Amino acid sequence: MAKKTKPLRFDTDWKYDPAPESASAAKINEQYDLFMDGRWQKPLSGKYFETINPANEKTLSRVADASEKDVDRAVRSARQAYEKVWKKMAPAERGKYIFRIARMMQEKARELAIIETLEGGKPIRESRDFDVPTAAQHFFYYAGWADKLNYAFPNKKTAPLGVAAQIIPWNFPLLMAAWKIAPALATGNTVVLKPAETTSLTALKLAEIIQEADLPPGVVNIITGAGKTGAAMVNHPDVNKIAFTGSTEVGKIIQRSIAGTNKRSTLELGGKAANIVFEDAAIDQAVEGVVNGIFFNQGHVCCAGSRLYLQESIAKEFIQKLKDRVATLIVGDPMDKNTDIGAINSKNQLDTILKYIQIGKKEGSAIYQPACSLPKKGFWCPPTLFTDVAQSNRIVQEEIFGPVLAILTFRTDDEVIEKANNTPYGLSAGVWTDKGSRIFNMTRRLRAGVVWANTFNKFDAASPFGGYKESGFGREGGLHGLTPYLEIL
Amino acid sequence: MKRSSPAQISPDFRRTRVVDQTGIEERAARFTKRSIKQSSKLQALYQVLNMIDLTTLEGKDTDQKVRQLCYKARHPHDELSGIPTVAAICVYPNFVRVAKKSLEGSGIKVASVATAFPSGQSTRAIKLADTRLAVSEGADEVDMVISRGKFHAGEYAFVFDEIAAIKEACGKARLKVILETGELGSFDKVRRASDIAMHAGADFIKTSTGKIQPAATMPVTLVMLEAIRDFYYQTGKQVGMKPAGGISKSKLALHYLVMLRETLGQDWMSNEWFRFGASSLANDVLMQIRKEKTGQYQSAAYFSVD
Amino acid sequence: MPSKTNSTRLSVLKTYKLYIGGQFPRTESGRYYVVNDGSGNPLANACLSSRKDLRDAVSAARVAFGGWSGRTAYNRGQILYRMAEVLESRQPEMTRELQQSGSSTAQAKKEITACIETLIHYAGWCDKYQQLFSTVNPVASSHYNFSVPEPMGVVGIVSSSENALLGLVQVMCAAIAGGNTCVILANTESPLASISFAEVLATSDLPGGVVNILTGKVPELLPWMAGHMDVNAILCDPSTAIARAGLEQTATSNLKRVITLKKEDILSPYRILDLQEIKTTWHPIENIAPSGAAY
Repeated sequence: MAKKTKPLRFDTDWKYDPAPESASAAKINEQYDLFMDGRWQKPLSGKYFETINPANEKTLSRVADASEKDVDRAVRSARQAYEKVWKKMAPAERGKYIFRIARMMQEKARELAIIETLEGGKPIRESRDFDVPTAAQHFFYYAGWADKLNYAFPNKKTAPLGVAAQIIPWNFPLLMAAWKIAPALATGNTVVLKPAETTSLTALKLAEIIQEADLPPGVVNIITGAGKTGAAMVNHPDVNKIAFTGSTEVGKIIQRSIAGTNKRSTLELGGKAANIVFEDAAIDQAVEGVVNGIFFNQGHVCCAGSRLYLQESIAKEFIQKLKDRVATLIVGDPMDKNTDIGAINSKNQLDTILKYIQIGKKEGSAIYQPACSLPKKGFWCPPTLFTDVAQSNRIVQEEIFGPVLAILTFRTDDEVIEKANNTPYGLSAGVWTDKGSRIFNMTRRLRAGVVWANTFNKFDAASPFGGYKESGFGREGGLHGLTPYLEIL
Repeated sequence: MKRSSPAQISPDFRRTRVVDQTGIEERAARFTKRSIKQSSKLQALYQVLNMIDLTTLEGKDTDQKVRQLCYKARHPHDELSGIPTVAAICVYPNFVRVAKKSLEGSGIKVASVATAFPSGQSTRAIKLADTRLAVSEGADEVDMVISRGKFHAGEYAFVFDEIAAIKEACGKARLKVILETGELGSFDKVRRASDIAMHAGADFIKTSTGKIQPAATMPVTLVMLEAIRDFYYQTGKQVGMKPAGGISKSKLALHYLVMLRETLGQDWMSNEWFRFGASSLANDVLMQIRKEKTGQYQSAAYFSVD
Repeated sequence: MPSKTNSTRLSVLKTYKLYIGGQFPRTESGRYYVVNDGSGNPLANACLSSRKDLRDAVSAARVAFGGWSGRTAYNRGQILYRMAEVLESRQPEMTRELQQSGSSTAQAKKEITACIETLIHYAGWCDKYQQLFSTVNPVASSHYNFSVPEPMGVVGIVSSSENALLGLVQVMCAAIAGGNTCVILANTESPLASISFAEVLATSDLPGGVVNILTGKVPELLPWMAGHMDVNAILCDPSTAIARAGLEQTATSNLKRVITLKKEDILSPYRILDLQEIKTTWHPIENIAPSGAAY
């Protein structure tokens, strides 16, 4: 930067007026029961819990708290549907049901997006342009596989596993439901799915769609509850498959509890992705990729690029650009179409993020947060950059799951590969360089299941996703996403 | 501003920063997701109108046509009060005098294309003479074209020197350098041409002549805005931006304004540093302003064509 | 112990050591156990490996991983083929080794032949399984996207309790053909052929550390292997009578993949796939020419 050059000013005279999406375009019931055997059934526990909008802490609805006995009912219904209907059905017919679900999701896209944003806190732009369309794409993609499984595995025959218990997180509620349900159904399994307790509503809305699509009763059961419900699902003796997306900590508990059983499992767990920028990169696009890498969905993304490695020769310039870009991010009402960073999903998660920001400060790193006025009610965290960070800092080692980026520097290819791989996780990584041969060297040597080169945080139904090391195992998406739901004979 | 000699300041243009197409297009698309409503929309429409270089660059242009255009520039739509004028009108050098006279006292600038516009296929001497003519006729601004052939041949020093020479011939007139991005073929080359133009002394860089398709697009403009940003941080010098051709709807113009706001910020948010080169955009903006004020959707029949 | 094989000359007894990092060290613990022949008579002393030997073996495997996984697939195939060549040339000696452990001549010959055939089968897979299991994924954006199998890393292996040598060759091939390195716990009862086989490995261009073989008591070593934070996966031969629940629980320490070998389908690229991760790579495609729309 030339001396005496004033930084760019983004507090412009011209500002955007609020552009809120209308909540009235979505219908949310006052109370939801459990969706089992194709019907809405009251929980045997008789208990319900409230779900709130994290942007204003107002109650949105009450959802059933499934007990162990309710879990048993759901699994029985899934088992019966599997034995009597689903595994006997012609694969092409199975596929048609899944296509039908995809289409109905597209029809109801706006309503789904609104509910996703109201309950999850993510910007309406993201739920509208990413979550919902990608969820529908997953159903559409896997629908087509249902009658083509014999082509997927050369020289092999396949068989479904049976009943799949699926437990999903709160960061992409509808999309994760799609990632789980679509391949399970296409491969001939039946499902008991539990959304996270803070984000049940779009999964329940999906249950309504499934009902409307006339899917045979019991093929998909959607039950709500917290960790106890999930544990009952994992430990149910008649479950053949566990599919879990969530923290590494819970993933290990699940793995321990099914040890020695014949239950198969897929785990999509935590991450601490390195995003590496070389001096020859397309810098402005790299800045954008880094911003999307860490601030997409408030950083509540297991594959978020939370460790930024900058080649020293460009570090200063890059950080300036990053600050300029962050200054234009709009934090606030998730329902506003212009919001870039919405509400943190829960009080709990906000506390965790704030704890790590304190740790970062204590560790001596320099913090940058743009000036932004945050709403009084609700859970908020401005985009946060930490510079002067060391590899051994906790904010580099541990998953924060929030809009917090740790920025480090490096000098050589070997050095950065070593630092990037220096983590128990291995979910994703990013590399930015204009040199083709370096891209292939880097993408090969980075120990991670998804590597984005000159892009970041891209997802597609046709693209396998999943981790190395403590980020879990099994793949979701693409042809490889069929394997975890099949016996390959 | 005192200028160092090119040899001292110009970087190796073979090694200009690269641009990733997919990335730049994604970023450009993101600006279009901003929803501009209510008073911010009205404010932006006024801003857009005030940034327009109302343009006529046709073989069939006449004095009379230019005078009509100048009247439109001063009085975009008298039915509505408080409407700003456009920034400038843009004509061939031989119409500068007519335009200048018609716009006297309005504060509206007269821009003239020069340098064997639009192809730029002529000698340095003729291009300089063309420029001097425009300036001596009273042009406030000169819109030159770069030698795309020489640029593609890798003769960056030639392109650089030509721009520097034209800049000198401009005297006090501000120089807009047209890259004709539709002939450059890649974003990398747009970036390179932007750097050459700015280092050689451009006051503005401009996408297109309007004679070649594609003309201005959001991604191309973004590449140039980012080049301006880098140049500013490197040298402290502000350079203006003018997308030209293909921007005829208010909605698109608002997307550009969002892009400007979020790329360069407050200091570029005026017609001193940003222009739309357009012939039909003004009327669409006027229709939108009227719609905002009346709440009714408008018909082109109620707005004078020029 | 066999003292004399003929009356005129005192035979030289073979010392069976461990195979770690391409070397043949004794166990650091100094412990040994007696291995019996087929009729229950003492045959030789074998090393009773300790957890420190295991630690050393894992370190050696980790060091070797970068080089082995980074080699060209063609080169790995040639090395596996070389192993088959060397084993073929040592058939008589290895047959005798198996006979000592109680196999009949016919059984021993059959087993050695099967070992050679397995090596050759997997030598051929080294540069082919990738083509079967890779995909180019048609994503709905301007990106080139592909998925390829990559080795998991260091694999801990519990080898077979029947047909000890063949069992070892099978699990080893599944691991190393795909670029993994491994630490093999040899069959406790008949470990001698495994160590002699290590001599085949040592003379087959196989880089040190790619395969490490420990003898001793599997139940004693396995918990350490399952808990080791630098072991990425555990492959068990189904014939071994190990308590899976305990193993799988310990293995969660670093989320090891625990895989039971599908013996009924042993000559198969799917056995290589069992020990592979799938990596998906994305890259933007510059797409100006065909559409021209955006530019």
